[in-house]
Amino acid sequence: MPKEQEQKQPPAPISAWVPAVALGWLIPGAGHLLLKRTGRGLLLLVTITVMFLCGLMMRGAMFQPQSGDLLTTLINTGGFIGNLCAGILYLLTVWLGYNQPDMAGAVHDYGTKFLVTAGLLNLLAIVDAFEIAAGRKD
Amino acid sequence: MPTMKLSHFEAAFLFALFTSIVLGIVTKRTDRDRFHYGIYTFVCFMVALFGIGWLMYLGHR
Repeated sequence: MPKEQEQKQPPAPISAWVPAVALGWLIPGAGHLLLKRTGRGLLLLVTITVMFLCGLMMRGAMFQPQSGDLLTTLINTGGFIGNLCAGILYLLTVWLGYNQPDMAGAVHDYGTKFLVTAGLLNLLAIVDAFEIAAGRKD
Repeated sequence: MPTMKLSHFEAAFLFALFTSIVLGIVTKRTDRDRFHYGIYTFVCFMVALFGIGWLMYLGHR
């Protein structure tokens, strides 16, 4: 029964969730702050930003979309999308020239993963903000 | 820019910590469930970290 009830729910109007999703992409946690979920929003903001900064300080590299064989395309395009999901953190890093070349080493490799994961975690936060704005979640 | 020199364990610990916090926040519906899920995820990361670490150690002996 609950599944049927969920299916019958009318879709939320675009104006209800677009601001939260857009702001949530630009500034991690800001979608939650806009929706008055202050505690969760601040925790997301601090956690994702600190993770991204740790990745930068470990001299992790940003991905660039590349074509070639399937695995190269998947890894580089997927990584680029992951980086892009970090919003203003990614944009500021590129604009201010903190984007570093790919270097060999375990710590640098961890840094690259931190940068991508920060973006992907922000993507989860964006989806959560969307569900709250659409009334599917408290 | 300041740099961080971390060991494998420190980097993996930080990764587990940040990821667990966000997964806890976005996954569950009540604060109590969020807290418990965050702890559960962090413990799973740590178990996997030590488990895989020991496997690699024993595999290279």
